[in-house]
Amino acid sequence: MEENNPIIESGDEGRRNFLKKLGIFAGVGVAAAAGAVYVASDYEEKKNPEGKKVRVLTADGQLVEVPESELQKIEQEELDIEDELQRRGREGIAGKSWVMVIDLAKCRNARMCIAACQAAHQLRPEQYHINTLVMKDSEHSAPYYMPKPCYHCDNPPCVKVCPVNATFKRQDGIVLIDNLRCIGCRFCVAACPYSARIFNWFEPRDSEKYKDQPYDVELNVPQKKGTISKCLFSADRLRKGELPYCVSSCPNGVYWFGDMNEDVVVNGTTKEAARFSQLIKDNGGYTYLEELGTKPRVYYLPPKNRIFPAPGEEQVSSHS
Amino acid sequence: MDNHLSLEESRQKLTQIENDLIRPLKSHNGFEMWVLFLLLLLILGFYAYYLQLRDGLGVTALRDYVQWGMYISNFVFFVATSLIGMLITSVLGLLRIPWITPLTRIAETIALAFAMFAGIVIIIDMGRPDRFPYLFLHGRLQSPILWDVTVVTTYVIISMLLLLIPMIPDAAILRRRMTDAPKWQQAIYKFLSANWIAVPEQYALIKKSIRVLAILIIPTALAIHTVTSWLFASTLRVGWDSTIFGPYFVSGAFVSGVAVVIIAMYFFRNNYKLHNYITDAHFNRMGQLLVLMCFIYLYFNLNEYFVPAYKMRKAEGHHLEALFTGNWAGIFWATQLGGLLIPMLLLIFKPFRKPLPAFIISVFVLVGAWFKRLLIVVPTQQHPYLPIQNVPENFITYKPTGVEIMLTILPMVGVLIVITIIAKLFPIVPIWETAHEQGVDESVIK
Repeated sequence: MEENNPIIESGDEGRRNFLKKLGIFAGVGVAAAAGAVYVASDYEEKKNPEGKKVRVLTADGQLVEVPESELQKIEQEELDIEDELQRRGREGIAGKSWVMVIDLAKCRNARMCIAACQAAHQLRPEQYHINTLVMKDSEHSAPYYMPKPCYHCDNPPCVKVCPVNATFKRQDGIVLIDNLRCIGCRFCVAACPYSARIFNWFEPRDSEKYKDQPYDVELNVPQKKGTISKCLFSADRLRKGELPYCVSSCPNGVYWFGDMNEDVVVNGTTKEAARFSQLIKDNGGYTYLEELGTKPRVYYLPPKNRIFPAPGEEQVSSHS
Repeated sequence: MDNHLSLEESRQKLTQIENDLIRPLKSHNGFEMWVLFLLLLLILGFYAYYLQLRDGLGVTALRDYVQWGMYISNFVFFVATSLIGMLITSVLGLLRIPWITPLTRIAETIALAFAMFAGIVIIIDMGRPDRFPYLFLHGRLQSPILWDVTVVTTYVIISMLLLLIPMIPDAAILRRRMTDAPKWQQAIYKFLSANWIAVPEQYALIKKSIRVLAILIIPTALAIHTVTSWLFASTLRVGWDSTIFGPYFVSGAFVSGVAVVIIAMYFFRNNYKLHNYITDAHFNRMGQLLVLMCFIYLYFNLNEYFVPAYKMRKAEGHHLEALFTGNWAGIFWATQLGGLLIPMLLLIFKPFRKPLPAFIISVFVLVGAWFKRLLIVVPTQQHPYLPIQNVPENFITYKPTGVEIMLTILPMVGVLIVITIIAKLFPIVPIWETAHEQGVDESVIK
């Protein structure tokens, strides 16, 4: 998973291995981050130049060095994990502007993206954060497959209407949901013209199994009955410097994902990097229903020169 | 007022009016059966809500596409119907239309009951009703839901005042007359009579208060239904994305409101034997009012459906086809013709404005008004911009479940309970205003 890592510079791997070795708060990245903050501030006071140093990433994305001897384990009780997950989850990752490019010419409806997403987000089979649709724009135009995640609009109609700030736009462009806040009015579902949002009509899948897991707003798990869910651009994976679940599980090179500020996107299948602007320019990239003024962050490359057969006419379901 | 009576005649006249209007409060003919019926429905409704709380909103037919259904239609219907208080008491009252006097309390009672339960309907629709306080703790002012909560609350308060303030002289009369009523009931009369002694200063105060409230309630009432329409119009969805939704909803509100008042008039006139107070002339007038309201609403319907249908833009075309000739056509034409156009045409002719025909026509109008809200809320969601695919069949169709129907009826039962209580504790036709109108000297009304 390191090779398809376009976001974090070197040193990142070392940090993670180190934390694993120390056994700090197994598996919970937040403790590591908070620990790093604590240690980093402590280090500032003592200015101890001696001893082996390690690099750690602080909660605000700064890479700092601290002496190994200064690292201390933080007990779970000392730290309200959910609060910390909320804080950083609502803030987003500084300096990033995430963008996705979906190459419609490459999609053959393998649905691996959907499977990976549903597994990660504890969804039922009929619940989609991303769904691959068969599209046919007009009578004589050719049908094509169109994966449809949330478009993480820059003018999000869903965020506008939320009465309690349960869905929000972060500085890195991601639109998230806080299911500890959501009152289940479903105004956001009504407002989204792309049908990107779903609702937990019943007790979520395996809710008994996950009920003690602390709620991570960046992964929106555990899912909660009576609240909204939707595609999150895998904000939890981005924080770890990894590509989203759907992007890295596609076998056909459909997805490119990256940072608009750096103008770099990486293909989830081939790990090839490209200039975002060049990719859009060369291939006639567009956003879906942009005339609605929603400013989507998901771009499509048109389904031309396809390497797979188009969906058969008989499979096409109408718009009704 | 022009046929002013002497003090002695005034006392006699007042006593006669009191006797007529207070009598229904004392007779319990069939009352127990009615209350039993309401309680039974109430218990069924609470059981349905328990099931919904236990298993989630999935006990309804709502799914990810049709995700606002009967509950939200019901909410729109409730807010709509509550607007009648503003039309009768304020608009007609401020215009000094004389015949509304015996109808004001009916209208205000209906307004208050429907507005109160509109809020309950919304809570029934919430996925997390336990988080209702978040609306106040974490409210964001840019959400139309916050506007709705604000104006509906304001409307409930003003409507309550508009019911209670004109009740003050009547409460004083009841305090004097209902001496054999239970203690708690007498305490209510004592409290609501607010030391009424019928001096000119009190009359001046009460009339001024009513006038101020009657003016205040006009923008509030317009606001509640306009904002309710914006819950839809503020989205980018086909069928909702309309600039005329505000006046379209308000005009539709008056249709269902007038119909519900005619139904209530018919019921109270017959069951409370109020033929001398709610007369044929009142049905005639209200019938005319309903014609006017239907006509205005028809005009907005024409704009709302005909203009987009002329263009048949792609996504809108699918929506309109479903309404005109598709799976919604039956309900659509039944509502437009049976619940609006035909009632309007019939009511133009005077014989249909007699009490019984007016009552029957109003029932059709009211049922049509309810289904019209369903037609506004549901079909739009079956026609999103992107096709509905890879989901179970029941995500596309919408067939309300038993629990959902019970929970739609529950708030209606609530409305009937509130109206029943008010009409059992207080004369449904205001005594003092009626007496005043018949020339009774003001100083004896206490």
